[in-house]
Amino acid sequence: MAGGTFEKYKSDGSLAGNALEWVDARFPATSLWKGHLSEYYCPKNFNFWYFFGSLALLVLVIQIVTGIFLVMHYKPDAALNASGVPIAFASVEYIMRDVPGGWLIRYMHSTGASAFFIVVYLHMFRGMLYGSYRKPRELTWLFGVGIFLVLMGEAFFGYLLPWGQMSYWGAQVIVNLFGAIPVVGNDLSILIRGDFVVGDATLNRFFSFHVIAFPLVLVGLVAAHVLALHETGSNNPDGIEIKANKDEHGIPRDGIPFHPYYTVKDIVGVVVFLMVFSLVMFFAPEGGGYFLETPNFYPADPLKTPNHIAPVWYFTPYYSILRAIVWNFFGLDAKFWGVVAMGASVVIFAFLPWLDRSPVKSMRYRGPISKVMLTLFVICFFILGYLGTLSPSPTGELVSQVCTLFYFGFFLAMPWWSRMDKFKPVPDRVTMK
Amino acid sequence: MKKFLIALLFAPIMAFASGPVVHLDKWPGSVSDKAALQNGAKLFVNYCMNCHGASYMRYKNLLDLGLTEQQVKENLMFTSDKIGSLMTVAARHDEQKQWFGATPPDLTIIARARGELGDAGAGADWLYTYLRSFYTDENRPTGWNNVIFENVGMPHVLYGLQGKQSLNHETHKLELMVPGQMAPAEFDKNVSDLVGFMVWMGEPQQEFRQTLGYFVLAFLALLFVVAYALKKEYWKDVH
Repeated sequence: MAGGTFEKYKSDGSLAGNALEWVDARFPATSLWKGHLSEYYCPKNFNFWYFFGSLALLVLVIQIVTGIFLVMHYKPDAALNASGVPIAFASVEYIMRDVPGGWLIRYMHSTGASAFFIVVYLHMFRGMLYGSYRKPRELTWLFGVGIFLVLMGEAFFGYLLPWGQMSYWGAQVIVNLFGAIPVVGNDLSILIRGDFVVGDATLNRFFSFHVIAFPLVLVGLVAAHVLALHETGSNNPDGIEIKANKDEHGIPRDGIPFHPYYTVKDIVGVVVFLMVFSLVMFFAPEGGGYFLETPNFYPADPLKTPNHIAPVWYFTPYYSILRAIVWNFFGLDAKFWGVVAMGASVVIFAFLPWLDRSPVKSMRYRGPISKVMLTLFVICFFILGYLGTLSPSPTGELVSQVCTLFYFGFFLAMPWWSRMDKFKPVPDRVTMK
Repeated sequence: MKKFLIALLFAPIMAFASGPVVHLDKWPGSVSDKAALQNGAKLFVNYCMNCHGASYMRYKNLLDLGLTEQQVKENLMFTSDKIGSLMTVAARHDEQKQWFGATPPDLTIIARARGELGDAGAGADWLYTYLRSFYTDENRPTGWNNVIFENVGMPHVLYGLQGKQSLNHETHKLELMVPGQMAPAEFDKNVSDLVGFMVWMGEPQQEFRQTLGYFVLAFLALLFVVAYALKKEYWKDVH
């Protein structure tokens, strides 16, 4: 397993063997390969839900590679060109029309953004379903929450770059939220924008954050996430520690090496994922107006506020939570508490390892209370997401308040409901379902 | 239990779904009809490009409609003699703003911008309805108003073809008062061609995109067979 010691490579006398021995004496090539792939033991009972970690890594690579090519042609400039169109907006259409293959690269990147959130949400759901965040994997989970936060920032900064109407006004709305913080709020939002309104300075700094700062942090956190996981070993759908049952060689009896078993299995997952990805990218790149919002085909116009400003679908659950808070507390504006609730709704995932007091990890061996709670949580998440795409309405507000209440109740009451349930006995060995 | 929970998951989404507010006529055309697109290009250049630009589009892209460079230069290029130049408009934006109260928007991707959440293709329906819904209105500076775009700054540039409609305020229906050069059905067909051109112009490679998509999916389907067989082979001893 990772962290274990592996013998250095001994050459068989061939040229390639000598070269590898030379490298291995100076770089942990063998121990990296064995520790993380060929002798890293995974539970053999991973199911459908276990594809999304490697798929998230794949999407990260897609985003980085397509991003590199987009940066070669994109221009972060809010000035107007000779036709009166912002240069940034025109450069995206230039990529779509005049750069050979540019449309493909751009659609990969725009579809990839939504795909990233889809696989990450499913990956997080897997963690909640099988208790993957529980001891000893708390730190893996915390790095994961960090990845999620950085990913949200990355997506937010990236969304401004096409400089369409929704890019512009979405950024305006979100940055203005910081103005709700008492005392420093106004100065803080000016500091973030670099201007009194979203403008060229904002576009340039968001570009910098999107292509350099956040991807760097993201890659670092992903490395930490995987390293921490490989230290403890993976959880599985039964929530059993496979390391508790090892054979005479110290290999878990229910473990199989990641390579080749899960590499060949993940390739199948990758191909299926790419088929779904291609269906969207080649046949409905707008994703029904949810992946590429149609108002964003209008260039940003600081003098024309759209009737309805909706964030992209992956932010809408949190946007609903923000809008659900309409009461002033302690002399502070409702907007401030909305921002606090929105922030808390994301950060609260980090506390899951300590909120969950169930004696078993996996949903398979939990009773009806846990199952109903998790299902209701997912339903609330969907409803909040859907409401976030709509214009505000009294009914929508009430429903989003109820869902927000349940959203937080799910987490805050977890120490109690997770213990109250009826539990089934957990088997000693993993089951192949 | 499982099925019940899944049903419960989708029930609220259905409950909130609601219909569109404005009725739009369905655009009857298709972007694969080259003759229609050519006619649309002609109408676009003659009627729209006096005020609206298509500034992300180059004249040479029109060659993809099955036209020769000679045909494009002689029939569709009025403001430029270079086939590689952008289809920009000669009028100045600040002057246009004075004339109409608003700068006429660039039309290159208007069909995409007019799409709706949940129906990205609705932009074509909107344009098809909009261009046929002008009526005379003495209260407007241009003398024109529009049913689905109230108090629009744009006059009815196609009125010579369609004739003059007026709005019956009791039935809320449009009535043709003065006929134009074209019969209503002929006019509708021409508007459909014009909209088709704008849909095509929104993404000129859209047909190629789909064709490429079929090849990619076919490749992935083959790859799936191989990958699945490989997985089966490796996993046959894992129980």
